[in-house]
Amino acid sequence: MFKQKTIEQTKSAARKSGGNGSAAFYNNPNIRALFYQILLVLGLGYFFYSVISNVLANMEATGIKTGFSFLTASAGYDVLMSLIPFEATDTYGRIFIVGFLNTLLVSGIGIFFATLLGFVFGVAYFSHNWLVRKAATVYVETFRNIPLLLQVFFWYFAVLSTLPGARQSLSLGEAIFLNVRGLYLPKMVGSDLFWVAEVALGVAIAGIFVLRRWAKKRQELTGQPFPVLYASIAMVIGLPLLALIVTGMPFTVEYPALKGFNYFGGITVIPELMALAIALSVYTGSFIAEAVRAGVQSIPHGQTEAARSLGLKEKKIMSLIIVPQAMRVIVPLLNSEYQSLVKNSTLAAAIGYPDLFNVFVGTALNQTGQAIETIFMTIVVYFVVNMVISFLMNRFNNAVALVSR
Amino acid sequence: MRKKDILAITTLAATLTAGAASVQAATLDDVKSRGTLTCGVSTGLAGFSEKDENGKWSGLDVDVCRSVAAAVLGDADAVQYKPLTAKERFTALVSGEVDMLSRNTTWTHTRDTSLGINFAGTNFYDGASFMVMKDLGVSSALELDGANACIQAGTSTELAIADFFRQHGMSYKAVTFDTSDQTRQGFESGRCDFLTSDGSQLAALRVGLSNPANAVILPEVISKEPLGPVVRQGDDQWFNIVKWSLNAMIEAEEQGVTSANVDDKLANGNPANKRLLGGEGELGANLGLESNWAYNIVKQVGNYAESFDRNVGMDSPLKLERGLNASWKNGGIMYSQAMR
Ligand SMILES: N[C@@H](CCC(=O)N[C@@H](CS)C(=O)NCC(=O)O)C(=O)O
Repeated sequence: MFKQKTIEQTKSAARKSGGNGSAAFYNNPNIRALFYQILLVLGLGYFFYSVISNVLANMEATGIKTGFSFLTASAGYDVLMSLIPFEATDTYGRIFIVGFLNTLLVSGIGIFFATLLGFVFGVAYFSHNWLVRKAATVYVETFRNIPLLLQVFFWYFAVLSTLPGARQSLSLGEAIFLNVRGLYLPKMVGSDLFWVAEVALGVAIAGIFVLRRWAKKRQELTGQPFPVLYASIAMVIGLPLLALIVTGMPFTVEYPALKGFNYFGGITVIPELMALAIALSVYTGSFIAEAVRAGVQSIPHGQTEAARSLGLKEKKIMSLIIVPQAMRVIVPLLNSEYQSLVKNSTLAAAIGYPDLFNVFVGTALNQTGQAIETIFMTIVVYFVVNMVISFLMNRFNNAVALVSR
Repeated sequence: MRKKDILAITTLAATLTAGAASVQAATLDDVKSRGTLTCGVSTGLAGFSEKDENGKWSGLDVDVCRSVAAAVLGDADAVQYKPLTAKERFTALVSGEVDMLSRNTTWTHTRDTSLGINFAGTNFYDGASFMVMKDLGVSSALELDGANACIQAGTSTELAIADFFRQHGMSYKAVTFDTSDQTRQGFESGRCDFLTSDGSQLAALRVGLSNPANAVILPEVISKEPLGPVVRQGDDQWFNIVKWSLNAMIEAEEQGVTSANVDDKLANGNPANKRLLGGEGELGANLGLESNWAYNIVKQVGNYAESFDRNVGMDSPLKLERGLNASWKNGGIMYSQAMR
């Protein structure tokens, strides 16, 4: 702000003095400003250049390997979970991607459930039911005040580690299995015409947006509300189902089965992922609940009274009047909670979930000794992920911002 | 205002560039002026480096720290121990957080040549093995196809096991943990079918199980794991001190010098005894130490055999055989370079 002002002022000053034509070019404030800026950039460039070359020289002198060639070298160790095919002979570069995807996965799951928990308990604060209100307080006060690492350990060592062994798994209809090694779910394996159902799902999702628009218009015109939520759910389930029936169920179900030491087949959710995702969701959810409470409290009581006098039901007042306005307070807070969640996901190392920090700054750094390179790459990733979150949340914030008339 | 900023930045940059000279201070001087040696050890591994309820550290690896402190400071107790996980250890050493590592660390080519560290010898010849629960009914590592492995992150074991399974066309899943305690818990809870690590550590972890009799160590030894103390690269004097402190323990066993007879050997022993213990020659001075450097080691810590028996051998819960770690005079490969 301040800088801009001075530039504006100097500009106008320059314009005024320009008329004289007598001033030397080095007295021209514009040129001088430019000169100093160039000097600053050069100075900074030189600064970083010296620091980096200094560090590299020192590392060379102490016999530490430098450079990024290790990214194409074979890692030689295995990673517990990978969303893309991976084996021990793959490169450190691939490990980087594996870790990155695992970080995105646990952060995504965490953000989804933290938001859900946060909104449910945040709104529950204002319930007329004493028990519900108390539950919200207890939830927030408990989980917000226990260090996250402890919670991660709790879910992993105290809860999930006590599940029965692989050969004594709990099972649900011989299709879903739960044991100390994870949750095993059946998987749909599509054949020939399965794509029709996938397309149908896509259409259904796109349909939701169309439906919302249409319902909004209709309500504005006629005052008639439309149950968008239920219709959307029906659409997302119904359309693909219809497609499957019409195409004659073109899929088989792969059930997990015990072969030797472990269950194979189907989808495996490892306990490290479960524990970390639960801990992150529950912990961050308690902060989001506080944010939601703050947001709701920021709405003057007059709004509720006005809504009541219009004859709206309590539930509707919350969802139609209060929460949409409260979002202006909540969204910026959500932004920082989401960013913390992503950063907190690095606690993965404590229980061995193979997130980026664990497999890269942990194991890869240890095996290659290339601290500067691995840490630099990892910092950049977390920085970029958080920038993207910030960008999206700012867009969202603009969308919910008060439109002044 | 801006001019000043630029000036400050340029000066800072200039200073930093000038700082590109040698970063290696003499570790010996640091240790002497501090009065204590900081030694990186494990976070707790029976027989190797373990803290008792009084906060006192003991173990085969701890004895190497103690012998260096005895040689340098004349006091084996002048050690500050820094527990490090496998992942932390090299960074801690290279950054100067510890003066040396004595943390069951395998001497590998890659570590020696690319991490900026030097291995100062071998104080235990080991190899990676497997431990399973008896009720799994497995008697050979070759029956472990498709099994889950509990491994400590950042170890050479991670690499050894990947090789072994690939070589035999078998598959496995690696569940990695940060500390040996967590690794053991993972194994006990059934998260994995077997725990893999160096044989000596398996013996140590087995002792820590709630019921050691339930677990067995499989016969296969799948790798070479020579374990030894490590120092930063670039400080040759310190490298020599650590190397020869370990050698002094080994040499003392070869010469039959023990903590009990060391005074007698110094007074009435043969020339080799006297040279080792500082009665003759310049060995201490060549290291930049007092002449009684090795005397202090043997007197306060004991020779290698004493340390072995007390910490991991027959007088300990681990009950490990000397095996490869017997003195070369008794058919092992534990051998000190010539002490002259
Ligand atoms: N010798 C191997 C393995 C060393 C290692 O860390 N082993 C584990 C065995 S579970 C250990 O000693 N952990 C002790 C600790 O975490 O403090 C290496 O140098 O990488």
